[in-house]
Amino acid sequence: MAEATAQDQAVQEKEPLFGKKERKLLTDPLNDNNPITVQVLGICSALAVTSLVYPSIVMSVAVVFVTAFSALFTSLLRNYIPKQVRLIVQLVIIATLVTVVELTLKYLNYPVYKQLSVYIGLIITNCIIMGRLEAFSMGNKPWRSFLDGVGNGVGYGVILIGVAIVRELFGKGTLFAGSPIEMPIIGPTADYWINTTDNWWFGWYANNNLMVLPAAAMFVIGIMIWVQRSYNTKLVDVS
Amino acid sequence: MGEFINIFIKTAFVENLVLAYFLGMCSYLAVSKTVKTAFGLGLAVIFVLGITMPINWLINTYLLSDTGIFGIDLTFLRFILFIAVIASMVQLVEMVVEKYSPSLYTALGIFLPLITVNCAILGGSLFMVSREYNLTQSVAFGLGGGFGWFLAIIAIAAIREKIRYSNVPPALRGLGMAFILTGLMGIAFMSLMGIDPAAFSGN
Repeated sequence: MAEATAQDQAVQEKEPLFGKKERKLLTDPLNDNNPITVQVLGICSALAVTSLVYPSIVMSVAVVFVTAFSALFTSLLRNYIPKQVRLIVQLVIIATLVTVVELTLKYLNYPVYKQLSVYIGLIITNCIIMGRLEAFSMGNKPWRSFLDGVGNGVGYGVILIGVAIVRELFGKGTLFAGSPIEMPIIGPTADYWINTTDNWWFGWYANNNLMVLPAAAMFVIGIMIWVQRSYNTKLVDVS
Repeated sequence: MGEFINIFIKTAFVENLVLAYFLGMCSYLAVSKTVKTAFGLGLAVIFVLGITMPINWLINTYLLSDTGIFGIDLTFLRFILFIAVIASMVQLVEMVVEKYSPSLYTALGIFLPLITVNCAILGGSLFMVSREYNLTQSVAFGLGGGFGWFLAIIAIAAIREKIRYSNVPPALRGLGMAFILTGLMGIAFMSLMGIDPAAFSGN
């Protein structure tokens, strides 16, 4: 705690809105400290929704909203929360925000709400949120906690959408299915942009049904971790 | 009784919480480095899931629904109440275990409080609501789901202990390999899909 207060005082002297430290808070979770591939947090509620891109985008937006605002509120209240009950207080803040998200989504887009089913509720137990609240917001100022929340939410969303693009493109041959800008890219009927039935170039191509199955998400993320750690060797697990 | 066994087997094997729904993934990946700790955490999950499921069922049916004691639709409070029940149950279990079995308490250590944020617990309760189970069914679902989680974490911990001696590419070591192994296990468990336990229990 002493370290945190010292940091607070240092910040009080000069607190730019988007200084170097603030930018780092936003960009760090995208690669070096990515919530999914490095911190291994929040995988639970993520993987089952990634078979289509559109629900994944909705899910990412929901998570960014919850991480950002729970960090903001926890940070505002951080001096008033007794240490013994802080987990319960944090859970109540998160659960309230998730309820807001759930009811909003139910009102705005019922089909996607049905598709995401219990996974919207599971944002509550998404370890990214609790983890960041414990590790960052309890000891930092509101604006910085907010940025940290946004950064972590976006870092999570990037992986989620990346996995979803791979799975939907190779599994169903479409992108953004179910949304207003649905793009049928490759498939065996004339509805798709590349029709594989009588195409000389793509006659061999068939959509890979494995990609639609939940197990494929694990493979895609495993390979993403492999690629990331090949380039970013300081993350390699030495144990 | 037939129905109980039916749901138990179905949730433990065919619709395994970890391998088919990805619930409880965080602690599943973080605690599966050795079989011993995985065993302790697995037992604790069975226990907590088996207790919270009927309690949440009672809350959902008698407090929150519009046929309950308040007579109004309070389902928007569902998340907050469920998570509060889970957090307090975990706390209670922790105190009881500490008092009556200190050896088990030291064996479980930090993993008991961690269960609060295990998505399998809250996910189980939410699945129970969306599938409209009755009380017996939700007890079976809780125990079966916990048992399936236990099996999955023991299996991955055993594989990860052995794979330490293999020559895995450095960038894939640890976490990356755990993901790919889980994917392979998911495919293996998928071969049980389509089995209908009801056909065997004479139901």
